[in-house]
Amino acid sequence: MQASIHEGTAVPSAAKVGEVMQAIAEHKGCGTSGGSGKASCGSAAGQGDLPTEIWEKVKNHPCYSEEAHHHYARMHVAVAPACNIQCNYCNRKYDCANESRPGVVSEKLTPEQAAKKVLAVASTIPQMTVLGIAGPGDPLANPEKTFKTFELIAKTAPDIKLCLSTNGLALPDHVDTIAGFNVDHVTITINMVDPEIGAKIYPWVFWKHKRYTGVEAAKLLTDRQLQGLEMLTERGILCKVNSVMIPGINDKHLVEVNKAVKSRGAFLHNIMPLISAPEHGTVFGLTGQRGPTAQELKALQDSCEGEMNMMRHCRQCRADAVGLLGEDRSAEFTTDKIMAMEVNYDLDTRKAYQAKVEEERVAKVAAKQEELSTLAGEMSDIKLLVAVATKGSGLINEHFGHAKEFQVYELSTAGAKFVGHRRVDLYCQGGFGDEESLETVIRAINDCHAVFVAKIGGCPKADLLTAGIEPVDQFAHEFIEKSAIAWFKSYLDKVNSGEIEHVERGDAEIRQGALISAA
Amino acid sequence: MALKIISSQCTSCSACEPECPNVAISEKNGTFVIDPKKCTECLGHFDAPQCAAVCPVDNTCVIDNSFPRYQVPA
Ligand code: SF4
Ligand code: SF4
Ligand code: SF4
Repeated sequence: MQASIHEGTAVPSAAKVGEVMQAIAEHKGCGTSGGSGKASCGSAAGQGDLPTEIWEKVKNHPCYSEEAHHHYARMHVAVAPACNIQCNYCNRKYDCANESRPGVVSEKLTPEQAAKKVLAVASTIPQMTVLGIAGPGDPLANPEKTFKTFELIAKTAPDIKLCLSTNGLALPDHVDTIAGFNVDHVTITINMVDPEIGAKIYPWVFWKHKRYTGVEAAKLLTDRQLQGLEMLTERGILCKVNSVMIPGINDKHLVEVNKAVKSRGAFLHNIMPLISAPEHGTVFGLTGQRGPTAQELKALQDSCEGEMNMMRHCRQCRADAVGLLGEDRSAEFTTDKIMAMEVNYDLDTRKAYQAKVEEERVAKVAAKQEELSTLAGEMSDIKLLVAVATKGSGLINEHFGHAKEFQVYELSTAGAKFVGHRRVDLYCQGGFGDEESLETVIRAINDCHAVFVAKIGGCPKADLLTAGIEPVDQFAHEFIEKSAIAWFKSYLDKVNSGEIEHVERGDAEIRQGALISAA
Repeated sequence: MALKIISSQCTSCSACEPECPNVAISEKNGTFVIDPKKCTECLGHFDAPQCAAVCPVDNTCVIDNSFPRYQVPA
Protein backbone atom coordinates (compact mmCIF):
# COMPACT_ATOMS: atom_id res chain seq x y z
CA MET A 1 0.00 0.00 0.00
CA GLN A 2 2.69 2.57 0.59
CA ALA A 3 6.18 3.88 0.34
CA SER A 4 9.19 4.28 2.53
CA ILE A 5 10.87 7.34 3.91
CA HIS A 6 14.49 7.65 4.03
CA GLU A 7 16.99 8.52 1.41
CA GLY A 8 19.19 11.16 2.91
CA THR A 9 17.53 11.37 6.29
CA ALA A 10 20.07 12.55 8.82
CA VAL A 11 20.54 9.39 10.81
CA PRO A 12 22.97 9.29 13.71
CA SER A 13 25.59 7.26 12.04
CA ALA A 14 24.76 5.92 8.68
CA ALA A 15 27.45 3.30 8.84
CA LYS A 16 26.25 1.99 12.15
CA VAL A 17 22.68 1.80 11.00
CA GLY A 18 23.78 0.04 7.89
CA GLU A 19 25.66 -2.51 9.92
CA VAL A 20 22.77 -3.14 12.21
CA MET A 21 20.26 -3.33 9.39
CA GLN A 22 22.48 -5.92 7.85
CA ALA A 23 22.41 -7.76 11.15
CA ILE A 24 18.64 -7.67 11.18
CA ALA A 25 18.70 -8.71 7.61
CA GLU A 26 20.87 -11.67 8.25
CA HIS A 27 18.92 -12.77 11.19
CA LYS A 28 15.60 -12.17 9.58
CA GLY A 29 16.62 -14.35 6.68
CA CYS A 30 17.36 -17.32 8.83
CA GLY A 31 14.43 -16.67 11.09
CA THR A 32 11.86 -16.30 8.39
CA SER A 33 13.08 -19.33 6.55
CA GLY A 34 11.84 -21.44 9.46
CA GLY A 35 11.08 -24.81 7.98
CA SER A 36 10.56 -23.51 4.50
CA GLY A 37 13.97 -24.39 3.28
CA LYS A 38 14.59 -20.98 1.84
CA ALA A 39 18.17 -20.65 0.77
CA SER A 40 18.61 -17.17 2.12
CA CYS A 41 20.71 -18.00 5.16
CA GLY A 42 23.86 -18.33 3.21
CA SER A 43 23.10 -15.95 0.41
CA ALA A 44 21.87 -12.41 0.12
CA ALA A 45 20.83 -12.68 3.71
CA GLY A 46 17.79 -11.63 5.30
CA GLN A 47 16.41 -9.30 3.02
CA GLY A 48 14.98 -12.65 2.05
CA ASP A 49 15.15 -12.63 -1.69
CA LEU A 50 15.16 -8.88 -1.80
CA PRO A 51 17.84 -7.12 -3.76
CA THR A 52 19.63 -4.51 -1.68
CA GLU A 53 18.11 -1.51 -3.41
CA ILE A 54 14.63 -2.80 -2.65
CA TRP A 55 15.53 -3.62 0.92
CA GLU A 56 16.83 -0.08 1.31
CA LYS A 57 13.47 1.22 0.18
CA VAL A 58 11.32 -0.93 2.40
CA LYS A 59 13.26 -1.28 5.60
CA ASN A 60 11.76 1.89 7.04
CA HIS A 61 8.34 1.39 5.65
CA PRO A 62 5.73 0.77 8.32
CA CYS A 63 3.51 -1.28 6.08
CA TYR A 64 6.24 -3.40 4.56
CA SER A 65 8.83 -3.95 7.19
CA GLU A 66 7.50 -5.68 10.24
CA GLU A 67 10.31 -4.17 12.22
CA ALA A 68 9.80 -0.60 10.96
CA HIS A 69 6.14 -0.51 11.74
CA HIS A 70 6.91 -0.05 15.39
CA HIS A 71 8.64 3.20 14.57
CA TYR A 72 7.13 4.84 11.53
CA ALA A 73 3.58 5.82 10.78
CA ARG A 74 1.46 6.01 7.71
CA MET A 75 -1.80 7.60 6.78
CA HIS A 76 -4.42 6.98 4.16
CA VAL A 77 -6.75 9.49 2.63
CA ALA A 78 -10.03 8.56 1.01
CA VAL A 79 -10.40 10.72 -2.09
CA ALA A 80 -11.69 8.39 -4.74
CA PRO A 81 -14.55 6.13 -3.70
CA ALA A 82 -15.55 4.99 -7.18
CA CYS A 83 -14.81 1.43 -8.21
CA ASN A 84 -14.88 -0.42 -11.49
CA ILE A 85 -15.36 -3.96 -10.25
CA GLN A 86 -17.45 -5.68 -7.63
CA CYS A 87 -16.01 -8.11 -5.10
CA ASN A 88 -18.19 -10.47 -3.13
CA TYR A 89 -16.38 -9.49 0.05
CA CYS A 90 -17.11 -5.82 -0.36
CA ASN A 91 -20.14 -3.78 0.47
CA ARG A 92 -19.46 -0.34 -0.82
CA LYS A 93 -22.10 1.17 1.38
CA TYR A 94 -19.37 0.91 3.97
CA ASP A 95 -15.67 0.70 3.29
CA CYS A 96 -14.40 -2.40 1.59
CA ALA A 97 -14.35 -4.80 4.46
CA ASN A 98 -11.12 -6.38 3.35
CA GLU A 99 -9.07 -3.50 2.10
CA SER A 100 -9.80 -1.52 5.17
CA ARG A 101 -11.33 -1.86 8.53
CA PRO A 102 -15.05 -2.40 8.23
CA GLY A 103 -17.85 -0.73 10.03
CA VAL A 104 -16.81 2.86 9.86
CA VAL A 105 -17.30 4.86 6.73
CA SER A 106 -14.23 6.86 5.90
CA GLU A 107 -14.47 10.55 5.47
CA LYS A 108 -14.39 11.39 1.80
CA LEU A 109 -12.05 14.26 0.99
CA THR A 110 -11.39 16.46 -1.99
CA PRO A 111 -7.77 16.39 -3.20
CA GLU A 112 -7.24 19.84 -1.66
CA GLN A 113 -8.62 18.72 1.71
CA ALA A 114 -6.54 15.58 1.52
CA ALA A 115 -3.35 17.55 0.88
CA LYS A 116 -4.08 19.83 3.82
CA LYS A 117 -4.77 16.82 6.01
CA VAL A 118 -1.46 15.23 5.07
CA LEU A 119 0.39 18.40 6.00
CA ALA A 120 -1.50 18.73 9.27
CA VAL A 121 -0.82 15.14 10.26
CA ALA A 122 2.82 15.19 9.21
CA SER A 123 3.41 18.32 11.27
CA THR A 124 1.81 16.74 14.33
CA ILE A 125 3.16 13.21 13.96
CA PRO A 126 6.77 13.39 12.80
CA GLN A 127 6.92 9.60 12.37
CA MET A 128 4.39 9.98 9.57
CA THR A 129 6.38 9.16 6.47
CA VAL A 130 3.98 7.49 4.12
CA LEU A 131 0.78 8.57 2.42
CA GLY A 132 -1.40 5.97 0.83
CA ILE A 133 -4.46 6.18 -1.33
CA ALA A 134 -6.31 2.93 -1.03
CA GLY A 135 -10.00 2.52 -0.58
CA PRO A 136 -12.82 2.83 -0.34
CA GLY A 137 -13.06 2.19 -4.02
CA ASP A 138 -10.29 1.90 -6.54
CA PRO A 139 -7.97 4.89 -6.80
CA LEU A 140 -7.48 4.19 -10.49
CA ALA A 141 -11.21 4.14 -11.18
CA ASN A 142 -10.98 7.81 -10.33
CA PRO A 143 -7.51 8.70 -11.56
CA GLU A 144 -8.00 12.48 -11.71
CA LYS A 145 -8.67 12.79 -8.00
CA THR A 146 -5.95 10.34 -7.05
CA PHE A 147 -3.24 11.97 -9.13
CA LYS A 148 -4.34 15.50 -8.23
CA THR A 149 -3.83 14.55 -4.58
CA PHE A 150 -0.37 13.16 -5.31
CA GLU A 151 0.52 16.29 -7.23
CA LEU A 152 -0.47 18.60 -4.38
CA ILE A 153 1.42 16.58 -1.79
CA ALA A 154 4.55 16.22 -3.89
CA LYS A 155 4.62 20.01 -4.08
CA THR A 156 4.11 20.82 -0.40
CA ALA A 157 5.58 17.84 1.43
CA PRO A 158 8.24 16.38 -0.83
CA ASP A 159 9.69 14.05 1.82
CA ILE A 160 6.50 12.04 2.11
CA LYS A 161 6.43 8.82 0.17
CA LEU A 162 3.39 8.11 -1.91
CA CYS A 163 1.72 4.83 -2.47
CA LEU A 164 -1.33 3.40 -4.04
CA SER A 165 -3.55 0.35 -3.77
CA THR A 166 -5.56 -0.91 -6.68
CA ASN A 167 -7.62 -3.82 -7.88
CA GLY A 168 -5.49 -3.68 -11.02
CA LEU A 169 -8.20 -3.47 -13.67
CA ALA A 170 -7.20 0.00 -14.83
CA LEU A 171 -3.56 -0.36 -13.86
CA PRO A 172 -1.92 -0.89 -17.29
CA ASP A 173 -3.39 2.43 -18.47
CA HIS A 174 -1.82 4.40 -15.64
CA VAL A 175 1.61 2.91 -15.16
CA ASP A 176 3.36 5.85 -16.80
CA THR A 177 1.56 8.41 -14.66
CA ILE A 178 2.36 6.38 -11.56
CA ALA A 179 6.03 6.31 -12.52
CA GLY A 180 5.89 10.05 -13.28
CA PHE A 181 4.73 10.83 -9.75
CA ASN A 182 7.55 8.79 -8.29
CA VAL A 183 5.08 6.46 -6.66
CA ASP A 184 7.48 3.69 -5.91
CA HIS A 185 5.14 1.36 -4.07
CA VAL A 186 1.94 -0.06 -5.46
CA THR A 187 -0.28 -2.72 -3.95
CA ILE A 188 -2.42 -4.85 -6.22
CA THR A 189 -5.13 -7.04 -4.78
CA ILE A 190 -4.91 -10.34 -6.63
CA ASN A 191 -7.12 -13.14 -5.38
CA MET A 192 -6.81 -15.55 -8.27
CA VAL A 193 -5.07 -16.32 -11.53
CA ASP A 194 -7.73 -18.83 -12.58
CA PRO A 195 -10.86 -17.20 -14.01
CA GLU A 196 -13.04 -20.10 -12.88
CA ILE A 197 -12.11 -19.28 -9.31
CA GLY A 198 -12.36 -15.58 -10.04
CA ALA A 199 -15.96 -15.97 -11.13
CA LYS A 200 -16.79 -17.02 -7.58
CA ILE A 201 -15.21 -13.88 -6.16
CA TYR A 202 -16.17 -11.18 -8.65
CA PRO A 203 -19.74 -10.86 -9.89
CA TRP A 204 -18.78 -8.25 -12.49
CA VAL A 205 -16.16 -5.84 -13.83
CA PHE A 206 -16.76 -2.65 -15.77
CA TRP A 207 -14.27 -2.16 -18.56
CA LYS A 208 -14.25 -0.06 -21.70
CA HIS A 209 -17.82 1.02 -21.17
CA LYS A 210 -19.16 -2.46 -20.77
CA ARG A 211 -20.13 -4.60 -17.82
CA TYR A 212 -18.68 -8.11 -17.98
CA THR A 213 -19.78 -10.99 -15.77
CA GLY A 214 -18.72 -14.51 -14.86
CA VAL A 215 -15.58 -16.18 -16.16
CA GLU A 216 -15.22 -13.56 -18.89
CA ALA A 217 -15.03 -10.82 -16.27
CA ALA A 218 -12.53 -12.70 -14.15
CA LYS A 219 -10.35 -13.48 -17.16
CA LEU A 220 -10.23 -9.83 -18.08
CA LEU A 221 -9.35 -8.87 -14.53
CA THR A 222 -6.57 -11.40 -14.04
CA ASP A 223 -5.01 -10.54 -17.42
CA ARG A 224 -5.00 -6.83 -16.63
CA GLN A 225 -3.69 -7.38 -13.09
CA LEU A 226 -0.75 -9.49 -14.18
CA GLN A 227 0.01 -7.18 -17.08
CA GLY A 228 -0.02 -4.16 -14.74
CA LEU A 229 2.22 -5.96 -12.28
CA GLU A 230 4.75 -6.75 -14.99
CA MET A 231 4.74 -3.21 -16.31
CA LEU A 232 5.34 -1.77 -12.85
CA THR A 233 8.17 -4.08 -11.90
CA GLU A 234 9.82 -3.48 -15.29
CA ARG A 235 9.95 0.19 -14.37
CA GLY A 236 11.44 -0.59 -10.98
CA ILE A 237 8.32 0.33 -9.04
CA LEU A 238 7.87 -1.87 -6.00
CA CYS A 239 4.79 -4.04 -6.05
CA LYS A 240 3.16 -5.75 -3.18
CA VAL A 241 0.33 -8.17 -3.77
CA ASN A 242 -2.58 -8.50 -1.39
CA SER A 243 -4.74 -11.59 -1.43
CA VAL A 244 -7.86 -12.28 0.54
CA MET A 245 -7.95 -15.86 1.79
CA ILE A 246 -11.42 -17.29 1.23
CA PRO A 247 -11.67 -20.84 2.61
CA GLY A 248 -13.08 -23.29 0.08
CA ILE A 249 -12.74 -20.82 -2.80
CA ASN A 250 -9.16 -19.65 -3.22
CA ASP A 251 -7.32 -20.90 -0.15
CA LYS A 252 -5.39 -23.68 -1.90
CA HIS A 253 -5.15 -21.67 -5.10
CA LEU A 254 -3.28 -18.84 -3.37
CA VAL A 255 -0.09 -20.90 -3.45
CA GLU A 256 -0.35 -20.69 -7.23
CA VAL A 257 -1.13 -16.99 -7.08
CA ASN A 258 1.98 -16.61 -4.95
CA LYS A 259 4.10 -18.26 -7.65
CA ALA A 260 2.49 -16.26 -10.45
CA VAL A 261 3.07 -12.90 -8.78
CA LYS A 262 6.54 -13.72 -7.64
CA SER A 263 7.59 -14.69 -11.13
CA ARG A 264 6.33 -11.31 -12.32
CA GLY A 265 8.43 -9.42 -9.84
CA ALA A 266 6.15 -8.73 -6.87
CA PHE A 267 8.41 -8.33 -3.86
CA LEU A 268 5.97 -9.03 -1.07
CA HIS A 269 2.81 -11.06 -0.72
CA ASN A 270 0.27 -10.23 1.94
CA ILE A 271 -2.37 -12.90 2.49
CA MET A 272 -5.18 -11.49 4.53
CA PRO A 273 -8.07 -13.34 6.14
CA LEU A 274 -11.53 -12.86 4.67
CA ILE A 275 -13.71 -10.71 6.87
CA SER A 276 -17.28 -11.77 6.35
CA ALA A 277 -19.39 -10.87 9.35
CA PRO A 278 -23.04 -10.89 8.21
CA GLU A 279 -23.62 -7.39 9.56
CA HIS A 280 -21.33 -5.92 6.92
CA GLY A 281 -23.86 -6.97 4.32
CA THR A 282 -21.37 -8.33 1.82
CA VAL A 283 -22.35 -11.18 -0.50
CA PHE A 284 -20.00 -13.52 1.35
CA GLY A 285 -21.32 -12.27 4.67
CA LEU A 286 -24.87 -13.02 3.62
CA THR A 287 -24.13 -16.43 2.12
CA GLY A 288 -22.37 -17.49 5.30
CA GLN A 289 -18.94 -17.84 3.69
CA ARG A 290 -16.57 -18.17 6.63
CA GLY A 291 -13.17 -16.63 7.08
CA PRO A 292 -10.06 -18.66 7.96
CA THR A 293 -8.91 -19.41 11.48
CA ALA A 294 -5.58 -18.10 12.71
CA GLN A 295 -3.98 -21.50 12.20
CA GLU A 296 -5.30 -21.91 8.65
CA LEU A 297 -4.01 -18.46 7.77
CA LYS A 298 -0.60 -19.10 9.27
CA ALA A 299 -0.32 -22.48 7.55
CA LEU A 300 -1.03 -20.90 4.18
CA GLN A 301 1.39 -18.05 4.82
CA ASP A 302 4.03 -20.55 5.88
CA SER A 303 3.51 -22.65 2.77
CA CYS A 304 4.02 -19.61 0.56
CA GLU A 305 7.00 -18.35 2.50
CA GLY A 306 9.56 -20.44 0.70
CA GLU A 307 8.53 -18.66 -2.44
CA MET A 308 8.86 -15.08 -1.33
CA ASN A 309 8.65 -12.68 1.54
CA MET A 310 5.33 -12.86 3.28
CA MET A 311 3.84 -9.95 5.05
CA ARG A 312 2.52 -10.78 8.48
CA HIS A 313 1.70 -7.56 10.19
CA CYS A 314 -1.08 -6.24 8.00
CA ARG A 315 -3.81 -4.65 10.09
CA GLN A 316 -6.31 -4.27 7.26
CA CYS A 317 -6.34 -0.64 8.23
CA ARG A 318 -9.21 1.68 7.66
CA ALA A 319 -8.98 3.66 4.47
CA ASP A 320 -8.48 6.82 6.47
CA ALA A 321 -6.30 5.39 9.20
CA VAL A 322 -3.71 7.72 10.67
CA GLY A 323 -0.76 6.90 12.85
CA LEU A 324 1.37 3.94 13.73
CA LEU A 325 -0.07 0.59 12.73
CA GLY A 326 -2.56 -0.50 15.31
CA GLU A 327 -2.84 3.02 16.67
CA ASP A 328 -5.44 4.91 14.72
CA ARG A 329 -5.45 8.64 15.44
CA SER A 330 -7.85 9.60 12.68
CA ALA A 331 -10.33 11.10 15.15
CA GLU A 332 -7.86 13.90 15.84
CA PHE A 333 -7.85 14.83 12.18
CA THR A 334 -11.43 15.14 11.02
CA THR A 335 -12.03 17.58 8.18
CA ASP A 336 -13.42 20.27 10.52
CA LYS A 337 -10.40 20.05 12.76
CA ILE A 338 -7.86 20.11 9.95
CA MET A 339 -9.44 23.01 8.18
CA ALA A 340 -9.19 24.99 11.42
CA MET A 341 -5.55 23.97 12.03
CA GLU A 342 -2.56 26.24 11.59
CA VAL A 343 -0.06 24.12 9.77
CA ASN A 344 3.62 24.68 10.07
CA TYR A 345 5.41 22.09 8.01
CA ASP A 346 8.93 21.95 9.27
CA LEU A 347 11.15 19.55 7.42
CA ASP A 348 14.07 19.90 9.84
CA THR A 349 12.04 19.06 12.92
CA ARG A 350 10.74 16.01 11.16
CA LYS A 351 14.21 14.91 10.20
CA ALA A 352 15.56 15.43 13.70
CA TYR A 353 12.73 13.43 15.15
CA GLN A 354 13.25 10.62 12.71
CA ALA A 355 16.94 10.56 13.57
CA LYS A 356 15.97 9.96 17.18
CA VAL A 357 13.63 7.18 16.14
CA GLU A 358 16.46 5.61 14.22
CA GLU A 359 18.67 5.70 17.30
CA GLU A 360 16.03 3.92 19.35
CA ARG A 361 15.72 1.35 16.68
CA VAL A 362 19.41 0.66 16.55
CA ALA A 363 19.42 0.12 20.32
CA LYS A 364 16.55 -2.29 20.05
CA VAL A 365 18.22 -4.34 17.35
CA ALA A 366 21.48 -4.43 19.28
CA ALA A 367 19.68 -5.67 22.40
CA LYS A 368 18.02 -8.41 20.42
CA GLN A 369 21.30 -9.50 18.87
CA GLU A 370 22.86 -9.76 22.29
CA GLU A 371 20.04 -11.84 23.68
CA LEU A 372 20.03 -13.98 20.59
CA SER A 373 23.62 -14.99 21.20
CA THR A 374 22.53 -16.60 24.48
CA LEU A 375 20.37 -18.95 22.45
CA ALA A 376 23.30 -19.97 20.31
CA GLY A 377 24.00 -23.63 20.68
CA GLU A 378 20.58 -24.42 22.10
CA MET A 379 19.18 -27.44 20.34
CA SER A 380 15.46 -27.83 20.42
CA ASP A 381 12.66 -28.41 17.96
CA ILE A 382 10.24 -26.53 20.14
CA LYS A 383 8.44 -23.75 18.34
CA LEU A 384 5.76 -21.82 20.10
CA LEU A 385 3.75 -18.62 19.89
CA VAL A 386 3.59 -15.80 22.39
CA ALA A 387 1.39 -12.71 22.42
CA VAL A 388 2.66 -9.23 23.30
CA ALA A 389 0.77 -6.15 24.46
CA THR A 390 2.49 -3.15 22.91
CA LYS A 391 1.84 0.47 22.04
CA GLY A 392 4.72 0.56 19.57
CA SER A 393 8.42 1.44 19.64
CA GLY A 394 9.11 -2.26 19.85
CA LEU A 395 8.48 -2.30 23.60
CA ILE A 396 6.28 -4.34 25.94
CA ASN A 397 4.51 -1.23 27.10
CA GLU A 398 0.80 -1.90 27.22
CA HIS A 399 -1.40 -2.94 30.13
CA PHE A 400 -3.19 -6.23 29.46
CA GLY A 401 -6.54 -4.58 30.06
CA HIS A 402 -5.84 -1.74 27.66
CA ALA A 403 -4.61 -3.79 24.75
CA LYS A 404 -6.72 -3.49 21.62
CA GLU A 405 -4.54 -6.00 19.89
CA PHE A 406 -1.75 -8.42 20.65
CA GLN A 407 1.27 -8.99 18.48
CA VAL A 408 2.13 -12.61 18.01
CA TYR A 409 5.70 -13.89 17.77
CA GLU A 410 6.89 -17.37 16.99
CA LEU A 411 9.79 -18.40 19.19
CA SER A 412 12.32 -21.04 18.31
CA THR A 413 16.03 -21.46 18.68
CA ALA A 414 16.31 -19.28 15.58
CA GLY A 415 14.92 -16.35 17.55
CA ALA A 416 11.69 -14.42 17.68
CA LYS A 417 9.78 -14.07 14.47
CA PHE A 418 6.78 -11.80 14.10
CA VAL A 419 3.87 -13.78 12.70
CA GLY A 420 0.85 -11.57 13.10
CA HIS A 421 -1.43 -9.67 15.36
CA ARG A 422 -4.74 -10.37 17.02
CA ARG A 423 -7.33 -7.72 17.51
CA VAL A 424 -9.37 -7.96 20.72
CA ASP A 425 -12.07 -6.10 22.58
CA LEU A 426 -10.87 -3.90 25.35
CA TYR A 427 -10.82 -6.09 28.39
CA CYS A 428 -10.66 -3.28 30.84
CA GLN A 429 -13.32 -0.64 30.21
CA GLY A 430 -12.83 2.16 32.68
CA GLY A 431 -11.06 -0.01 35.17
CA PHE A 432 -13.52 -2.86 35.33
CA GLY A 433 -12.57 -6.19 33.95
CA ASP A 434 -15.36 -7.68 31.96
CA GLU A 435 -15.49 -11.45 32.14
CA GLU A 436 -17.02 -11.90 28.73
CA SER A 437 -14.40 -9.93 26.89
CA LEU A 438 -11.67 -11.77 28.78
CA GLU A 439 -13.03 -14.91 27.18
CA THR A 440 -12.78 -13.36 23.74
CA VAL A 441 -9.21 -12.26 24.48
CA ILE A 442 -8.35 -15.81 25.43
CA ARG A 443 -9.98 -17.13 22.28
CA ALA A 444 -7.98 -14.67 20.18
CA ILE A 445 -4.64 -15.75 21.66
CA ASN A 446 -5.53 -19.32 22.47
CA ASP A 447 -2.68 -20.62 20.34
CA CYS A 448 -0.09 -18.76 22.46
CA HIS A 449 1.91 -20.16 25.34
CA ALA A 450 2.42 -16.83 27.05
CA VAL A 451 1.30 -13.25 26.93
CA PHE A 452 3.77 -10.44 27.63
CA VAL A 453 2.30 -7.34 29.25
CA ALA A 454 3.46 -4.21 31.06
CA LYS A 455 0.95 -4.84 33.80
CA ILE A 456 -1.94 -7.18 34.54
CA GLY A 457 -4.52 -7.53 37.29
CA GLY A 458 -4.80 -10.55 39.58
CA CYS A 459 -8.09 -11.78 38.18
CA PRO A 460 -7.26 -12.04 34.50
CA LYS A 461 -3.90 -13.46 35.51
CA ALA A 462 -5.55 -16.40 37.22
CA ASP A 463 -7.94 -16.98 34.32
CA LEU A 464 -5.13 -16.89 31.80
CA LEU A 465 -3.19 -19.44 33.80
CA THR A 466 -6.26 -21.67 33.94
CA ALA A 467 -6.50 -21.39 30.15
CA GLY A 468 -2.88 -22.46 29.93
CA ILE A 469 -1.47 -19.10 28.85
CA GLU A 470 1.29 -17.78 31.06
CA PRO A 471 1.00 -14.07 31.83
CA VAL A 472 4.48 -12.53 31.84
CA ASP A 473 4.93 -9.06 33.32
CA GLN A 474 8.55 -9.21 34.39
CA PHE A 475 9.74 -7.58 31.15
CA ALA A 476 7.58 -4.46 31.45
CA HIS A 477 8.86 -1.63 29.20
CA GLU A 478 11.66 -3.72 27.78
CA PHE A 479 12.27 -4.59 24.13
CA ILE A 480 9.90 -7.21 22.80
CA GLU A 481 12.25 -9.50 20.94
CA LYS A 482 15.00 -9.41 23.54
CA SER A 483 12.50 -10.24 26.27
CA ALA A 484 10.79 -12.94 24.26
CA ILE A 485 14.10 -14.63 23.56
CA ALA A 486 15.11 -14.42 27.23
CA TRP A 487 11.79 -15.91 28.27
CA PHE A 488 12.08 -18.65 25.68
CA LYS A 489 15.54 -19.54 26.93
CA SER A 490 14.24 -20.04 30.46
CA TYR A 491 11.28 -21.97 29.07
CA LEU A 492 13.66 -24.33 27.32
CA ASP A 493 15.70 -24.66 30.49
CA LYS A 494 12.59 -25.65 32.43
CA VAL A 495 11.62 -28.16 29.77
CA ASN A 496 15.11 -29.63 29.76
CA SER A 497 15.23 -29.91 33.53
CA GLY A 498 11.84 -31.62 33.53
CA GLU A 499 10.24 -28.85 35.54
CA ILE A 500 7.58 -28.33 32.88
CA GLU A 501 6.40 -30.34 29.96
CA HIS A 502 6.02 -28.75 26.54
CA VAL A 503 2.54 -29.16 25.12
CA GLU A 504 1.19 -27.87 21.83
CA ARG A 505 -1.59 -25.32 21.97
CA GLY A 506 -4.84 -25.13 20.03
CA ASP A 507 -6.14 -22.87 17.30
CA ALA A 508 -7.33 -19.30 17.72
CA GLU A 509 -10.12 -17.19 16.34
CA ILE A 510 -9.61 -14.20 14.07
CA ARG A 511 -11.82 -11.44 15.36
CA GLN A 512 -14.26 -10.09 12.83
CA GLY A 513 -15.80 -7.02 14.35
CA ALA A 514 -14.98 -3.40 13.74
CA LEU A 515 -12.58 -1.41 15.79
CA ILE A 516 -14.64 1.66 16.42
CA SER A 517 -12.51 3.52 18.90
CA ALA A 518 -9.71 5.46 17.33
CA ALA A 519 -8.13 6.62 20.56
CA MET B 1 -36.87 8.90 -21.59
CA ALA B 2 -33.98 9.25 -19.27
CA LEU B 3 -32.48 7.43 -16.36
CA LYS B 4 -32.88 8.43 -12.75
CA ILE B 5 -31.06 7.47 -9.58
CA ILE B 6 -33.02 6.07 -6.67
CA SER B 7 -31.37 8.23 -4.07
CA SER B 8 -32.22 6.04 -1.09
CA GLN B 9 -30.07 3.30 -2.67
CA CYS B 10 -27.21 5.44 -3.93
CA THR B 11 -24.01 4.90 -1.93
CA SER B 12 -22.52 8.15 -3.24
CA CYS B 13 -19.60 6.19 -4.57
CA SER B 14 -19.33 8.56 -7.55
CA ALA B 15 -18.54 5.77 -9.99
CA CYS B 16 -21.29 6.83 -12.38
CA GLU B 17 -20.40 10.51 -12.60
CA PRO B 18 -17.28 10.36 -14.77
CA GLU B 19 -18.75 7.65 -17.01
CA CYS B 20 -21.67 9.69 -18.29
CA PRO B 21 -20.97 10.85 -21.85
CA ASN B 22 -23.38 13.75 -21.43
CA VAL B 23 -22.23 15.09 -18.08
CA ALA B 24 -25.77 14.55 -16.87
CA ILE B 25 -24.79 13.29 -13.44
CA SER B 26 -23.85 15.49 -10.52
CA GLU B 27 -23.65 15.38 -6.76
CA LYS B 28 -26.38 17.02 -4.76
CA ASN B 29 -26.48 16.98 -0.97
CA GLY B 30 -24.38 13.89 -0.70
CA THR B 31 -26.05 11.71 -3.31
CA PHE B 32 -25.90 11.69 -7.05
CA VAL B 33 -28.64 12.86 -9.40
CA ILE B 34 -29.24 12.72 -13.15
CA ASP B 35 -30.38 15.78 -15.07
CA PRO B 36 -33.12 14.25 -17.25
CA LYS B 37 -32.73 16.97 -19.84
CA LYS B 38 -29.15 15.95 -20.49
CA CYS B 39 -29.49 12.16 -20.26
CA THR B 40 -29.69 10.34 -23.57
CA GLU B 41 -29.74 6.83 -22.07
CA CYS B 42 -26.29 6.70 -23.61
CA LEU B 43 -27.91 6.09 -27.00
CA GLY B 44 -25.47 6.74 -29.78
CA HIS B 45 -22.55 6.50 -27.37
CA PHE B 46 -22.53 3.07 -25.78
CA ASP B 47 -24.45 -0.19 -25.83
CA ALA B 48 -25.81 0.23 -22.35
CA PRO B 49 -26.48 3.09 -19.95
CA GLN B 50 -23.10 3.66 -18.34
CA CYS B 51 -24.41 4.76 -14.98
CA ALA B 52 -26.36 1.54 -14.57
CA ALA B 53 -23.47 -0.60 -15.79
CA VAL B 54 -20.96 0.77 -13.29
CA CYS B 55 -23.29 1.25 -10.33
CA PRO B 56 -22.54 -1.26 -7.55
CA VAL B 57 -26.11 -1.32 -6.35
CA ASP B 58 -28.49 -3.11 -8.70
CA ASN B 59 -31.64 -1.25 -9.71
CA THR B 60 -30.37 2.11 -8.56
CA CYS B 61 -29.93 3.74 -11.98
CA VAL B 62 -33.27 2.99 -13.59
CA ILE B 63 -35.40 4.18 -16.49
CA ASP B 64 -37.49 7.20 -15.64
CA ASN B 65 -40.71 6.61 -17.52
CA SER B 66 -41.97 10.10 -17.02
CA PHE B 67 -39.76 11.23 -19.89
CA PRO B 68 -40.34 10.40 -23.54
CA ARG B 69 -37.87 8.10 -25.19
CA TYR B 70 -34.80 9.87 -26.41
CA GLN B 71 -34.22 9.91 -30.17
CA VAL B 72 -30.77 9.91 -31.62
CA PRO B 73 -30.62 12.98 -33.87
CA ALA B 74 -30.67 11.95 -37.50
S1 SF4 C 1 -12.00 -3.45 -5.53
FE1 SF4 C 1 -12.17 -2.68 -3.45
S2 SF4 C 1 -13.81 -1.13 -3.55
FE2 SF4 C 1 -13.91 -2.31 -5.43
S3 SF4 C 1 -15.46 -3.81 -4.95
FE3 SF4 C 1 -13.47 -4.75 -4.54
S4 SF4 C 1 -13.07 -4.41 -2.38
FE4 SF4 C 1 -14.74 -3.05 -3.00
S1 SF4 D 1 -27.85 6.74 -19.02
FE1 SF4 D 1 -25.96 7.47 -19.89
S2 SF4 D 1 -26.46 9.58 -20.43
FE2 SF4 D 1 -28.02 8.95 -18.99
S3 SF4 D 1 -27.22 9.57 -17.02
FE3 SF4 D 1 -26.62 7.44 -17.31
S4 SF4 D 1 -24.60 7.61 -18.16
FE4 SF4 D 1 -25.51 9.63 -18.41
S1 SF4 E 1 -22.75 4.57 -9.21
FE1 SF4 E 1 -24.69 4.14 -8.19
S2 SF4 E 1 -24.21 4.20 -6.03
FE2 SF4 E 1 -22.48 5.13 -7.07
S3 SF4 E 1 -22.95 7.31 -7.04
FE3 SF4 E 1 -23.75 6.52 -8.95
S4 SF4 E 1 -25.86 5.98 -8.49
FE4 SF4 E 1 -24.84 6.24 -6.56
